[in-house]
Amino acid sequence: MMQPLHAPPNEAGVSALPRRVAESMMPTEERIGSRHTDAAAEARLRARYAAQRRFKAYGVLAIGVAIGALLWLLITLLSNGVTAFVQTNLRLAITFDPAVVDPQGNQSPESLAQGDFGRVIRDALRQRFPDAQGRVAVRNLLALLSSGAEFELRDRVIADPSMIGTTQPVWVLASSDVDMFRKGFFEKAADGGAGGRLNAQQVAWIEELAASGDLALQWNRLFFKAGDSRDPELVGVLGGVLGSFFTLFVCLVLAFPFGVAAAIYLEEFAPKNRFTDIIEVNINNLAAVPSIIFGLLGLAVFLNFFGMPRSAPLVGGIVLALMSLPTIIIASRAALRAVPPSIREAAYGLGASKMQVVLHHVLPLGLPGMLTGSIIAMAQALGETAPLLMIGMVAFIVDIPQGLTSSATALPVQIFMWADNPERGFVEKTSAAIIVLLAFLLTMNAIAIFLRKKFERRW
Amino acid sequence: MDSNIAPSQPSVPTVVSPPMLQNEPPAIAARTVNVFYGEKHALKDVTIDIYRRQVTAFIGPSGCGKSTFLRCFNRMNDIIETCRVTGRITLDGGDIYDPRLDVVQLRARVGMVFQKPNPFPKSIYDNIAYGPRIHGLTTSRKELDNVVEQSLRRAALWDEVKDRLSEPGTALSGGQQQRLCIARAIAVSPDVILMDEPCSALDPIATAKIEELMDELRQDYTIIIVTHSMQQAARVSQRTAFFHLGELVEVGPTEEIFTRPQDKRTQDYITGRFG
Repeated sequence: MMQPLHAPPNEAGVSALPRRVAESMMPTEERIGSRHTDAAAEARLRARYAAQRRFKAYGVLAIGVAIGALLWLLITLLSNGVTAFVQTNLRLAITFDPAVVDPQGNQSPESLAQGDFGRVIRDALRQRFPDAQGRVAVRNLLALLSSGAEFELRDRVIADPSMIGTTQPVWVLASSDVDMFRKGFFEKAADGGAGGRLNAQQVAWIEELAASGDLALQWNRLFFKAGDSRDPELVGVLGGVLGSFFTLFVCLVLAFPFGVAAAIYLEEFAPKNRFTDIIEVNINNLAAVPSIIFGLLGLAVFLNFFGMPRSAPLVGGIVLALMSLPTIIIASRAALRAVPPSIREAAYGLGASKMQVVLHHVLPLGLPGMLTGSIIAMAQALGETAPLLMIGMVAFIVDIPQGLTSSATALPVQIFMWADNPERGFVEKTSAAIIVLLAFLLTMNAIAIFLRKKFERRW
Repeated sequence: MDSNIAPSQPSVPTVVSPPMLQNEPPAIAARTVNVFYGEKHALKDVTIDIYRRQVTAFIGPSGCGKSTFLRCFNRMNDIIETCRVTGRITLDGGDIYDPRLDVVQLRARVGMVFQKPNPFPKSIYDNIAYGPRIHGLTTSRKELDNVVEQSLRRAALWDEVKDRLSEPGTALSGGQQQRLCIARAIAVSPDVILMDEPCSALDPIATAKIEELMDELRQDYTIIIVTHSMQQAARVSQRTAFFHLGELVEVGPTEEIFTRPQDKRTQDYITGRFG
C-alpha cells in the first residue's frame, strides 16, 4: 500500500520508480492516454475514494454513537422522572371544627397556626372508612396520609378562613407508598399487599378510593416550592435551585470580570518574559487541578482562616470562581488571539492608544468568544459537587435559602443526596431533579447564545 | 481575468516629469537606519530623503525590507516586540524616535493604508469617524459629518456610499474597502500617507481607481508606496527607491531609475532577471 500516488521527478531514471509506474511511463503505441487514466491509476483512484468513504463512515458512526447515548440518557431520565411531576392526592370530606382548628376563635393566622389540622384530616379519613377498628387497622389507615398533608391544609385555611365551620371535600396529599402504588411501581403480591409496604387491607382501601374518584394524580406544586425532606412525597427542588442560583451568581460576578481582566492584561499588555511564561504555565495547570482540591482550599482558607459561614452559597461561589477562573482566562485569551491582527494594525495606524485599540476593537470582537468560554465554565461549575461537599453544602437543609449567606445546598448535591436515599419514592424525584438541572443548564446556554448573537450582530 | 495585465493606462499623470524641488527641505529624512528582528538584520544603513507632495515608491524583491522600512515612519514596528530600530528618522526636522515624542501623535501625522483592506467591522460612517473621534478633531456632530463627507469625497467613494453610510464597511467590495481605508486615513488629516502594497489584493479596475486617487492626493499629501508591481511604481511615483537584501541600492527620479539605472542589481530587477 506504500505506492506513491505520483512518481517523484527523479533523475536517477525509471529504475528507481515502482515497476508499475515505470511501465506506464514507457512510450508504447498500445497505450492510449496518460498514466493517470490506465487501469492502475483507476485502481489507485478507487482506493483513494474508498479510504475517503471509510473516513466519513467513522465520523458518522461516532456521531451516531454520541446521539444514541444522549437519547438513551434522555429517555431513561424522562421515563423515570416524568411521574415525579404529578403526585397522588386523596379527596376527603373534611369538617373544619372551629374548636379544633381555631383554638382562639378569631380566625387569625396565629390562632390557626395552633390549630390541629392533622386531627380533622384523620377524623375525615376514619369517617370514610368506619370499618377500620382497632389500633393496628387505624394505624394502617392513617399511613395512607402524608405527614405533610396537615401543613398544606393549614396554609389553605389561613388563606381562606371562610372554610372554618363547614364540611367540604378537600384534596390532601397521600403518602409516598400510596403514590408509588397508584403510579404502578409496586407490584401486587399474592396476599393482596403491594411492594412489601402496603398490606391487603390498605390496597383494598386505596382501590375503593380510586373507584369512587377520590384518589387522583395531580400536578405536584410542592416539588417546585419546597426544599428537602425525609419523606419523598414532600421533597422539592426549590432549595437546590436557589442554592445553585446564588452560588453561580457569586461565581459569575467574581470569575467573569477577573478572568477577562486577567486575559486582557496577559494577552495585550503583559511583557513576554520568563515571569509571564511561568504565570501562563500555572494557569494552564490550574485548569487541570481536581475540583476537590479547590474544595479543600475553600475549607482551609475561607471557612477555617477567614471564618466564613459553613454551607453558604457565598463560599461555594468563591470556591467555584477559583475553579472556573483558569478556564475563563484560557478561553478569553484564545478569543482575543483570534481577533485578526489587521484590525489592530488599522487602529494603531490611525493613532489609537493601546487601551483604545483593546477597548474599541479587540474586546468587542473577542467578547462573543469570551462569553462562550465563560458559559462553558459556568456550566461546569453548575454540575460541580466535590468542592461543595468540602465546604458543607451537603447538609440536609429543609429551608429555602434566602440569600448568599444562608445555609443551602446545590442542585447536583441535592441529586446526589436523593440518589442515596433508600425509599422507592426518591427514584423518580432524583430523575426529576436531574431534568430540572438540565433545564437550568439549557436556560443558561440559551441566554449565552442570545447574548452572543446580540453582540455579534452589533459588529 | 489575468491580474498580471496592467490596467489600461488609468490616468496619465498631468505632470509627466515632476519638478524636483530639491531646494525644499525633505519631509522625511532617514539617516543610517538599521532594523533588527531579534538577531535578523532586516534593514542595513538606509539613508533616504522623502520629498513633500510627491509619490515615492519603494520597490524590490520580497523580503528586501521595503515594508519594514515603511513601517519605521509611523513606528508600527513598535508593536513587534523583538524589533529594534537604530539610526535617525526626522519628520519636518523632528526626530520621530525621540523618546519624548508621543507615538499616538506621530501616527495622526503619518497615516497608513495596508496591503489587505482592513475596515473596522463597523458602519462606513464610524470607520471614517473613528480617527477624528479618538483625536478629538471635531467638536460637533455636524463638523464630524462634514469631515466624513469630505474624506469620502477625496477618496472618490462618496457617490457610491452616500446613501448607505450606516451599512457595515466590511460589506463593500475589495476596491471600495481599500478606498474606505484611504478615506479613513485622510480623515485624520495627516501630512504623510504610507501605503503598503495597497493594490495587491485588488483587481485591475480597482487598482486603476486607487492609482488615480494617489495621483490626486499627492497635491496635498506626501505619499510613500511599497509595491511589487514595477509598472505601478512607474505609473504613480515621482521618485523610486530600489531595495535589495535589506539595502537601499538606488534612489532617484522614477524615470531615471527605470530608464538609466546606475546599479547592475537595479537593472537586473527592472528587466525581470530576478525577483
